[in-house]
Amino acid sequence: MNWNWLNRNTDQILSWLLAHLWLAALPTLLGLLLALPLGALAFRYRWSYATLITLAGLLYTIPSLALFVVLPGILGTRILNPINVVVALTLYTVALLVRVVADALDSVPPLVRQSATAMGYRPIRSLITVQLPLAIPVIGAGLRVAAVSNVSLVSVAALLGVPQLGQLFLVGFQLNFYTPIVAGIVLCLLVAAIFDTIILVAVRIATPWTRAVSHR
Amino acid sequence: MINFDDVSKIFGEGDHRTAAVEDLTIEIPTGKITVFVGPSGCGKTTSLRMINRMIEPTSGTVLIDGVDTRSIDAPKLRRGIGYVIQNAGLFPHRTVLDNIATVPVLDGQSRKAARAVAAELLERVGLPESMGSRYPAQLSGGQQQRVGVARALAADPPVMLMDEPFSAVDPVVRAQLQDEFTRLQAELGKTIVFVTHDIDEAVKIGDRIAVFAVGGRLAQYATPAEVLSHPADDFVADFVGHDRGYRALSFTVAGNLPVRDEPTLLLGSTADPSLVPPDAQPSDPYWVLVVDDARQPRGWVDARRITAGRPLGLGDLVLGGSLVGPQSSLRTALDAALSSPSGRGVAIDADGRVIGTVEARDVLDAIETARVAQGLLDAADQRPVSGAPAGDAEQAAAAVPS
Repeated sequence: MNWNWLNRNTDQILSWLLAHLWLAALPTLLGLLLALPLGALAFRYRWSYATLITLAGLLYTIPSLALFVVLPGILGTRILNPINVVVALTLYTVALLVRVVADALDSVPPLVRQSATAMGYRPIRSLITVQLPLAIPVIGAGLRVAAVSNVSLVSVAALLGVPQLGQLFLVGFQLNFYTPIVAGIVLCLLVAAIFDTIILVAVRIATPWTRAVSHR
Repeated sequence: MINFDDVSKIFGEGDHRTAAVEDLTIEIPTGKITVFVGPSGCGKTTSLRMINRMIEPTSGTVLIDGVDTRSIDAPKLRRGIGYVIQNAGLFPHRTVLDNIATVPVLDGQSRKAARAVAAELLERVGLPESMGSRYPAQLSGGQQQRVGVARALAADPPVMLMDEPFSAVDPVVRAQLQDEFTRLQAELGKTIVFVTHDIDEAVKIGDRIAVFAVGGRLAQYATPAEVLSHPADDFVADFVGHDRGYRALSFTVAGNLPVRDEPTLLLGSTADPSLVPPDAQPSDPYWVLVVDDARQPRGWVDARRITAGRPLGLGDLVLGGSLVGPQSSLRTALDAALSSPSGRGVAIDADGRVIGTVEARDVLDAIETARVAQGLLDAADQRPVSGAPAGDAEQAAAAVPS
């Protein structure tokens, strides 16, 4: 490890780290927000489940690099615009989470759903205030996978010149110099660990009943 | 009053059509418990769920107090009807109080006001207020079921639907819940439709019983006593079971059974085997009833085994079974005699003090008397409709002692 190089480039690396953070975080959030209604749709209507899950699967097989290159043409943005990255990763997140949300809703005991109907809940209110809260643990588990996978996918965008931690790999590759590569891996792991922790804590706060200990 | 008017529910189409409920017409009285009972697949739960439109009938009309339920917005209709679901169906993510407050909050009440009502209801169903802040997973099955009842009562609905509410708990807790429920209903006087597959439960809590046969046919709709004593057809007879004759005795108060004097020993006193009369059969135990200071029965002791000079303790006693009180049924009286080691059932007064014993043969005589009287009443009752030979019925009616 060349600590001098790291010291000299600290400012540059920090700005890449910050860029990496928001480029990975924003699509995760947007993807979740889009996946919730789509997943609910897939759960509610049997015919839409197969369609949505297949579409999501196909979407996920498109190589990220190809998507980064094609999107500017579709969106009318410049190739270096970070919006391309955000849109691409949001699509991947949605693809991953639609199924997770649908299956999470399916994991809610039917008796609880019926009981909400019998109490006089309307479908949307039952979904938002009864079924979704109970689906949080399963959705949270899926969200952790999506967030971590976004952290690694963001770095691919370095090939297009979008500044973030992926630049460290490019620099290391071009100079045949390992220090930036090791630093890049360590920082990516750090970002992933931060996201993972945030989601874990959020799920924990949102589901106090799962920790309720039996008093019997 | 709830009316089913020629209601059918068909599931599936074409060759896969199955009737869950067929041409059901039934009138459910206000302020009473009506039990839908039958084997699985008989359409009892489907029928129940057609009342609050969780299931829509294929044809026919369900009316509540004369109003067609289809004319009311389904969620609004359901908020006005209490529902206790199997296994309680509580919301796992809400505390007990918030579970109970569900319907008032849906109706637009403030959470605070709804919780205050919920706390009162908690007490009403026999749970401590401290339990309000717990989650359902922290309660036992029986406690969850009580919360389920409280939740159904929260908006004080005139009508309550109960779908096998006590089937998931053990028999001891179930009996307890049934007793409390009956007591609660005596105070509240709700119109209750109660679904169960357990005929004993139906007989115990129902004011009226609707027996459903497989395929959604209403086989009999009558009082519990009537269903047990006069099953409408073979299906009902088979469903209510072989000991229905014995169980039907639950509905006749024992009344004027001859109560015989019974010598007693006081718990804690000393006695010795010399109290056994010399002419008693030497090989048999000689049973003496033991009472406490309040003259309440504590058990039986075999006088031949008493140790002279040592005070009688609870450990010396063989426990008896049921007790015959002033309002006991013939079934209880017979059971008291049969379950007592001496063959003599202990009779008590309203305060629980021993007044003597009854013997099985006297109970059997009373049963026979009641049976003959009932049979004659029935014969007189049925004369106009059954087309029985008029002469026979007249003779029988004339023989009824007035």
